[in-house]
Amino acid sequence: MGYQISRETANQIFAQLKEHYDIFAPKVFAGEGCFSDTDVIRYGKINALDEIEWERRSEYSFKEALLAVNETLFYFTEEETTVVSCSEKRLLIFLRSCDLHALKRLDAIYLENGPEDFYYRRLREKASFVLMGCSTTCENGFCVSMGTNRCDSYALYLKISEESVWADCKSQDLLPYFEKAQTCEVQPEYVTENAEKVTLPKNLSVDSFSNPIWEEYGSRCIGCGRCNFVCPTCTCFTMQDILYRDNENVGERRRVWASCQVDGYDEIAGGIEFRKTQGERLRFKVMHKIYDFEKRFGYPMCVGCGRCDSVCPEYISYTSLINRLAKEEA
Amino acid sequence: MGLDINTKKAKKNAFRIGKVRGEGASRIRVPGGYLKAEILGLVQEIAQKYGNGVVHLTTRQGFEIEGIRLEDMDAINEMLQPIIELLDINQENPGTGYPASGTRNVCACIGNNVCPFANYNTSEFAKRIEDEIFPNDLHFKIALTGCPNDCAKVRLHDFGIVGMTMPQYDPGRCVSCQACIKGCKSLSVDALRMENYKIVRDEEKCIGCGVCVTKCPTRAFTRSKKKYYRLTLMGRTGKRNPRLGEDFLLWTDEDTIVKIILNTYRFVKEYINPKAPGGKEHIGYIIDRVGFTEYKKWALEGVELLPETKMKECVYWNGVHFDR
Repeated sequence: MGYQISRETANQIFAQLKEHYDIFAPKVFAGEGCFSDTDVIRYGKINALDEIEWERRSEYSFKEALLAVNETLFYFTEEETTVVSCSEKRLLIFLRSCDLHALKRLDAIYLENGPEDFYYRRLREKASFVLMGCSTTCENGFCVSMGTNRCDSYALYLKISEESVWADCKSQDLLPYFEKAQTCEVQPEYVTENAEKVTLPKNLSVDSFSNPIWEEYGSRCIGCGRCNFVCPTCTCFTMQDILYRDNENVGERRRVWASCQVDGYDEIAGGIEFRKTQGERLRFKVMHKIYDFEKRFGYPMCVGCGRCDSVCPEYISYTSLINRLAKEEA
Repeated sequence: MGLDINTKKAKKNAFRIGKVRGEGASRIRVPGGYLKAEILGLVQEIAQKYGNGVVHLTTRQGFEIEGIRLEDMDAINEMLQPIIELLDINQENPGTGYPASGTRNVCACIGNNVCPFANYNTSEFAKRIEDEIFPNDLHFKIALTGCPNDCAKVRLHDFGIVGMTMPQYDPGRCVSCQACIKGCKSLSVDALRMENYKIVRDEEKCIGCGVCVTKCPTRAFTRSKKKYYRLTLMGRTGKRNPRLGEDFLLWTDEDTIVKIILNTYRFVKEYINPKAPGGKEHIGYIIDRVGFTEYKKWALEGVELLPETKMKECVYWNGVHFDR
């Protein structure tokens, strides 16, 4: 159901929602960018609607609202383990269409890929999603090419102007908040064209392993992992057992974001690494995004948000790489 | 009739008396080396009308218009006026050129307008110092650099200002990738290590360069909201005892630096050798004569250091002694 409300009413609704929901949205962290006097837009818990950054795409995706960078799974003593408890509050997560499509990929990995992940499941069940429309394409985004520019699986859609807020509510849980609001037709804004257009290669074979393109880009890669950390569909983590320094017989187990581009990712006992060069690691990542995942789940992993292209300090363009692969094939 | 020029006055008016009789150069100071491109056109005009068409880019980030006739100084000063206004130079009488030349141009590296390593806006801070100290004929050299790489070579100046940031670490965002540790080891002072998968920063060793922040891929390391500086004192070149400036304050702030510079002008007025040729004696040599303890007393007058500031109680210089 669509509604139009004043900004003031929206603020009141937000205040009511806050009692039952932890609300996560992209916001500006002033001065916390990579370089001096630069900001970073990333997800954080917000206390007011005004804190949300509506114009620019977040540098880091929404995934940290569901998958913390560091998540303590359980505490242990020599005798027993205690699973970390989960907040009673529900989650409300603001995101854009590409990211809502990425959610489907996260679900696939954590819930439909063998046994369900307990920690993901318990948070996911509490989470509702608020779609933020896109009136213009973002830098480097190619959602239209990936078919992720539209999404209707949201609980709530919001569009904001100085005075008014338009909402489309699909969630029974959220409907009561709009009880007194004036109804109207509300359709989510979405882009129909991106500056960036990407064609996925369709006939990749084992031969592509020896394509010199991997070494070409790999020689430029510094293995920092930014492309993985900003990606809404990268889900890898590593395990860390922490023994408390005051008493090394007790501790906690954490899972922490990992990157297939960073040293140590695939290191096993004996110091063996499966992918030693950055070229091999780059190939592994790209193939997972556009080939391997699709083979298992039937759709590509990449949602075309463009964040990896925007964040790479070495200006390695993933989109350009993919387009070159497709072109070579043709 | 011979050319009748007050050379002392001309020099203080930012003209050089050259080696060719009757010729000199017009010296244009550009605070922080930061200028609107249209000034280049104005410099070109003067060089072509009154000079020999050649301009020297000075070591202190200015222009020196070569081959001017000394009798044209007034006309050149008129043409300098739009440049002086665009650069927002303190000036009492418009149309009379640069009002002083003893205190040298405040130099700066490109800073955080462009450079990823810089920890602050060097040209803005240079401009602030310029506003505070000019016009002034005492011989002071001040330079600013964005980070401890010190591209501006500030340790060769009386006051060297080096940008610092106090790394802020959020362990909750840290993925133990060690990019900061590797960066600190290869590019800086190896002040970071990992304990229990989290980063420990050796606060004594850390020079606040900010490499950890630029290397961090997850924003676990960020810059402090407050901008910090290292203040080095009394570096110099020259004939008797060239030397590098030594650290005086670490983790200090802009206000403190400005106060210390202004206090130093008062100190110099008090202690400068009254017989110094042309009223010019380098501050460093005055401090050598008077003693650092007395200088420090003057420098810190009315200064309240930040709680986190580290001060060297006494400063000792070395350098090359040609005078012993």
